[in-house]
Amino acid sequence: MNGLRATLARNGVDGVTLLLLPAALFIVALFIYPFLFGLVLSFQPKTGDWLANYARFFSDPFLYDTVGKTLKLAVPVTLLNVAFSVPVALRVRLMANPKLLTTILVIPITLGTVLVAEGMLNYFGPRGWLNRALLEIGLSDSPVHLIHNYWGVFLSLVITGFPFTFLLTLSYVTGIDPALEQAGAMLGARGWERFKLIILPLLLPGLAITFCLSFVQAFSVFPSAVLLGAPAGDTRVISVAAYTAAFEEYDYAMASAIAMIMGLVQVVIVAGTLGLQSLFYRGPAGGGKG
Amino acid sequence: MSSQDFRALRLEAMSRDFGSLNALKGISLEVKRGEFIALLGPSGCGKSTALNCLAGLLPLSSGSIWLDDKRIDTLGPENRGFGMVFQNYALFPHMSVRKNIGFGLKMQRRPQDEIDRRVAEAMRLVRLGPQAEKLPGQLSGGQQQRVAIARAIVVEPPLVLMDEPLSNLDAKLRLEMRAEIRRIHNSLGCATIYVTHDQDEALSLADRIVVLRDGQMRQVGTPDELYGRPAHPDVAEFMGFRNVLPTTASFDGRLSVTLGPASLWATPVGEIAPGPATLAIRPEDLSPVMNGPIQASVLTAEYRGRDFYGVAVTAEGTELYFRAEHRVNPGEALTLSAEPARVLVYPA
Repeated sequence: MNGLRATLARNGVDGVTLLLLPAALFIVALFIYPFLFGLVLSFQPKTGDWLANYARFFSDPFLYDTVGKTLKLAVPVTLLNVAFSVPVALRVRLMANPKLLTTILVIPITLGTVLVAEGMLNYFGPRGWLNRALLEIGLSDSPVHLIHNYWGVFLSLVITGFPFTFLLTLSYVTGIDPALEQAGAMLGARGWERFKLIILPLLLPGLAITFCLSFVQAFSVFPSAVLLGAPAGDTRVISVAAYTAAFEEYDYAMASAIAMIMGLVQVVIVAGTLGLQSLFYRGPAGGGKG
Repeated sequence: MSSQDFRALRLEAMSRDFGSLNALKGISLEVKRGEFIALLGPSGCGKSTALNCLAGLLPLSSGSIWLDDKRIDTLGPENRGFGMVFQNYALFPHMSVRKNIGFGLKMQRRPQDEIDRRVAEAMRLVRLGPQAEKLPGQLSGGQQQRVAIARAIVVEPPLVLMDEPLSNLDAKLRLEMRAEIRRIHNSLGCATIYVTHDQDEALSLADRIVVLRDGQMRQVGTPDELYGRPAHPDVAEFMGFRNVLPTTASFDGRLSVTLGPASLWATPVGEIAPGPATLAIRPEDLSPVMNGPIQASVLTAEYRGRDFYGVAVTAEGTELYFRAEHRVNPGEALTLSAEPARVLVYPA
């Protein structure tokens, strides 16, 4: 008995390990079980053999096109958000009191997608402030179409996705010892060289993680694709297809199959990005044993 | 290796404020080529601020810095061409030792074969073994220190700045690297400005020591001058005078001071008028003797191998740090005395 306990303890298992139980139960009940349930369900189509749902998805352009459409939205949006968050985070790090700016940048997260969509409809719509201003000034003689198309969803993903991306990037940027940049400056490196040779290489692994998390968020876009996009056309994203299958066709098996494909695409992109990450330096971004 | 030719670095009334706090108040100093200067002071005295101002990492609030006839305080750090060794070394963690050391030369767009040659030379000078391809994280603290020094000196800067470079090393390595730093300085012929709070380091390394306190220069002098005759009670305290006490000075042919009921012959530093003054005695110079003038009883005593260092308290409650050749025990009554030349008196 004692022997077993000692062996377990050596491997890091003791009474404290029991504290993991609630979290483990939670994950099993709310993630693993529904996932497996959906997976099994996706192989039990209404008609046809067990692969019929997947066969239908990949033979119907109205369905398989959604993967491309979603990627076409999610990848550029995520890249833009990541690229834009770096200079902002670098600037915020140097500020004496970054709280105000951080708060302003983070507000869109607290609003939620639907509220942002409402605002955008008012602001960017054909009779919205922006278009009325443009027409008034004479910069344009017809309203600019920024909603109910690709760009509406794009903009909304930038507005709601940027704060999240920015906060992640900021945490990675602040993890880089400022003395490293100072050391670079002392050795004659100019601003751009310091960024390219010192900051960026140390930031890349963190940016890869940031990209993955932001991408997963953007890929599962739903409300804004419906409210601000063209859910029957350009922005018929994969979650819209899943929604249609589940709640308009009442084909839960098909909806599960689409959800599984959606997850698979995300896993492929994330795994690919993390695979690239292993090419970069990964280690402490501080200056040695200080 | 030889450093760029220059005659002197001149600081003129260099000042730096942080909001309403004057971290540096009008520092003026001339540093000649080949000199090793230690900036010595307690934490918060402004010594790191001074170093960062010299480096260009902090702008001056007023005053100027000159390298011969060239004003440099308006230049950014990348245009001053000084070398700097950071307290935590600030090695680039993603670059090999070779790339770290070669970084400055690469920024100067030197040809690769010149970079390789000079990096190898610098590594020999700081006695780094075959570590060129390792990452900084794979090196010991002492090796990282050597890389940091090599990286700073390989560009042959006119001035090398060091910010408490030994404070992260253990005691033995600290002594070893101290000697190394002086050896490297001698073989380069550049000027070095070395920030430390450790007076032993400053005394053993520097040609001249600048003692800073509250952002002001208290004293500039050779280690000898500072150790033997500190110009100010603050400096004395920093130079190991642990007994700094208020006293009353009187002249009776020569200067004497009171310590409670006791009276001691003393040596004035500066103009001393009869009346209130400050006296300073090192523990090493205050020893128990037969029938000494100061009566005190031992509070604590510490064995240090050859001798004992202790604290004794007088009847008035004044605590005195002293040194004894023979064992003393707490509670024991002593009479203490000090040589007149070793009792320094400052204006109050």
